Amino acid sequence: MWKPYLSMLFKPGTIRGGVHPEPRKEATANLTIETAFPLPSILYLALQQHVGKAAEPVVRVGDRVLKGQLIAVSQGNVSAPLHAPTSGVIADIMDFPSAHPSALPTPTILLETDGLDEWREGIEEIDPFTLSAEEICARVGAAGVVGMGGAAFPSRVKLNLGRERRIETLIINGGECEPYLTCDDRLMQERAEAIVDGIRIMMRGLQCQQSIIGIEDNKLDAIEAMRRAVAPWASQMAVAVLPSLYPMGWDKQMIRYLTGLEVPAGGRATDIGVLMHNVGTAYAVHEAIRYQKPLISRVVTVSGGAVARPRNVEAPLGTPLSALLDFCGYQPERKARLILGGPMMGEALPHANLPLVKGAAGILALSVEEVSASDAKSCIRCSRCVTACPVGLLPLEMMSRIRAGQLESALKFGLKDCISCGSCSYVCPSEIPLVHYFKYANGELMAQQQAKHKSEQTRKLADERQARLERVRQEAAAQAAARKAQALAQAEARKAAQAAKASQSARSAETQTVESAS
Amino acid sequence: MKPVLSAPFKNASEEHAAIMDKVMLALLPATVIGLFVFGWPAVFLFLITLLSAIGWEAVCLRLAGRPIRSTLADHSALLTGWLLAISLPPWAPWWIGVLGGFIAIVVGKQVYGGLGQNLFNPAMLARVALLVSFPLEMTTWTPATLLGDGQPGFGAAWDIFLGQTIPDGYSGATSIGYLKTELSRGKMLPAIASEGDYNLGLNLIGLERGSLGETSAIALLSGGIWLLRQKVISWEIPVSLLLTVAVLAGVAVVLDPMHQPGIGFHLGSGGMLLFAFFIATDYVTSPNTRVGQMVFGAGCGALVFIIRTWGAYPEGIAFAILLMNSLTPLIDHYIRPRIYGRDFKGQPLEMEGKP
Repeated sequence: MWKPYLSMLFKPGTIRGGVHPEPRKEATANLTIETAFPLPSILYLALQQHVGKAAEPVVRVGDRVLKGQLIAVSQGNVSAPLHAPTSGVIADIMDFPSAHPSALPTPTILLETDGLDEWREGIEEIDPFTLSAEEICARVGAAGVVGMGGAAFPSRVKLNLGRERRIETLIINGGECEPYLTCDDRLMQERAEAIVDGIRIMMRGLQCQQSIIGIEDNKLDAIEAMRRAVAPWASQMAVAVLPSLYPMGWDKQMIRYLTGLEVPAGGRATDIGVLMHNVGTAYAVHEAIRYQKPLISRVVTVSGGAVARPRNVEAPLGTPLSALLDFCGYQPERKARLILGGPMMGEALPHANLPLVKGAAGILALSVEEVSASDAKSCIRCSRCVTACPVGLLPLEMMSRIRAGQLESALKFGLKDCISCGSCSYVCPSEIPLVHYFKYANGELMAQQQAKHKSEQTRKLADERQARLERVRQEAAAQAAARKAQALAQAEARKAAQAAKASQSARSAETQTVESAS
Repeated sequence: MKPVLSAPFKNASEEHAAIMDKVMLALLPATVIGLFVFGWPAVFLFLITLLSAIGWEAVCLRLAGRPIRSTLADHSALLTGWLLAISLPPWAPWWIGVLGGFIAIVVGKQVYGGLGQNLFNPAMLARVALLVSFPLEMTTWTPATLLGDGQPGFGAAWDIFLGQTIPDGYSGATSIGYLKTELSRGKMLPAIASEGDYNLGLNLIGLERGSLGETSAIALLSGGIWLLRQKVISWEIPVSLLLTVAVLAGVAVVLDPMHQPGIGFHLGSGGMLLFAFFIATDYVTSPNTRVGQMVFGAGCGALVFIIRTWGAYPEGIAFAILLMNSLTPLIDHYIRPRIYGRDFKGQPLEMEGKP
């Protein structure tokens, strides 16, 4: 009875949990985006830079390609194509270490740049508002645009889903709640009009009427710039100021704060009429549609205590991270951890000889003072993790169960609902790596499920084989029986025929006898 | 030590020792007042109890083969010893402190597996065990006076510490115990009040008979509020506990003014504030969720009121906390936060207006 009224309890402006990590954004927040990054001699373009299937190369080693030229096509429904970030020659297509904690080699196109930076033809400004909604979505897909906030989910898929589900509100995520990162902040300060144009293009692609841009209240300049830029479109879009509280940039947290609605578990934002995109994605859409420039570069924050001149750099995709770090005055001897993304949710990289990818918002070289280094101690059940969890989980209970190997029990506490935001680990006075436990448990459960699936498949195949053999045997038997029956019938028929013949001859003999007698 | 491998790469929280130290710092004013008003025997008892707690912790760690020095550095045993010491009668003999430390640390904490594993508040477990086993020593209440004013000297205090019988003139009843005795004799409240020397004002400062550190309501309240402001404890348990006691005491005094001493007496007497801010808020033995903590606090308040009013013992704090400690796992099992996108039963929310 009360269920339909439940959501009325969650008025806009509700936030649960969250933490206040040191922002550490001041190093880069006031510096303009560096666009004069020297072109590296070789770009390493991984075919898998997005969620979904890897792209498939359409160039061969030795081909000359122009800037913006398609070099790998998307595969299947959830995938994204790849374009040459500059002109040059395809030097190789090989396995190269990927920007992942494992640094496992994955298929990568090596582009030897020629320094000419020569665009392909057809790069000209058009009026995006003459295009149909379908056309906009298709072009966003063709330009290889993915979620620039870090998720790297193909934007076309989201836009199409949003249009089909007739969403009401497009929310633009300018939260940037991760410490250190300022690439979205700078983008909003410097390219607000372009972002607003991108938002309007996306709204056309989605056929929705309103948009809200959510920005944390620690980015006053960005708020100001965006407010100015949205002023001409005040009837369609507005800038909403959000409290600075990690993880405000978690899409579902921002949706709840702005709309008062919760995305049902297992559902998507589109289920409640909302879609969310990052400001960086809006900018990429603007470039892709208005100027027909595919996604070939991105703004990335290079920061941390082991970087002498931290700043935001606009660099071509495939740039070696070492080149970016060196450009900003990397001091390897001071580095304690190299991180892709932010310090709360990012991933530790083993070294810097890895390429820049579409979803990389930050490259941080943190010094010893900036990272925690302590052994985990006993849990004292202070329940700070419970208070900090934005989802409403009981991290300490899940942790103790995972430690005891009771993964199923942890599942009942909502393990699958964990978003790995790290708030619990951040506040834990025992410095227990709680998120690490949850990631491990989810991975382990997935492996178990796969193993179960595999054994089920094997059993199914075995059963089917058994059934097939049985069927073959039965068919053979049936055939044999049929043959036998046929033979029997023939024999019977023959016998009957003989008998008939015999009786006939007997009868004729009789007749003869009778005739002779008469 | 190597930096953490997995995100988040930074941890903001203070260390265990910092939390324990803050609690002890908050207890310091009340403790100092207690030591002043009860004199040298209280000082000796306080020190021996602390030493005993640390000593037994070290023994257990050694037997368990765990690192001694680094574990003692978390100051949890020190805090347990401190809480036990200030809940003991101030002139109790040395062996009460030593035995209390043993029960608290060995039976109350280490047999469960050490820090964070115990079901009951170790200090209160020890206090109850001592009270039940040694009722005489545990209910000998000596007067609180300003230092030097009729207190035993250093030598006499040492004798009391070593177990010499306390002279008859010294021992008496706490306000709460006195009230209970007189009520049980069939007296009415106005008569008791005119005969006794109960004074709420003195009680608030700490010039009253009672356990070593429980007498100064003002010092305990200010320490508690400081802990709240430092975010070492949260408001749920103390507020729900004190509120429950206040409501029950208020209702009771309206219904039965001849026998009920009222809100001020309950909140300002005994260790009610020590209980609300320092004992019931123990992380390990209280529930995890805010709602659970409110239920826990209310339960503590109700139980202590019931025991004080109808129980055989005049004071019910230690019993109330142990009973509620035993309910903590149950509270944590049934009271859980609602998960985002799900209802309280864990089912996904219904989608509104959308197929």
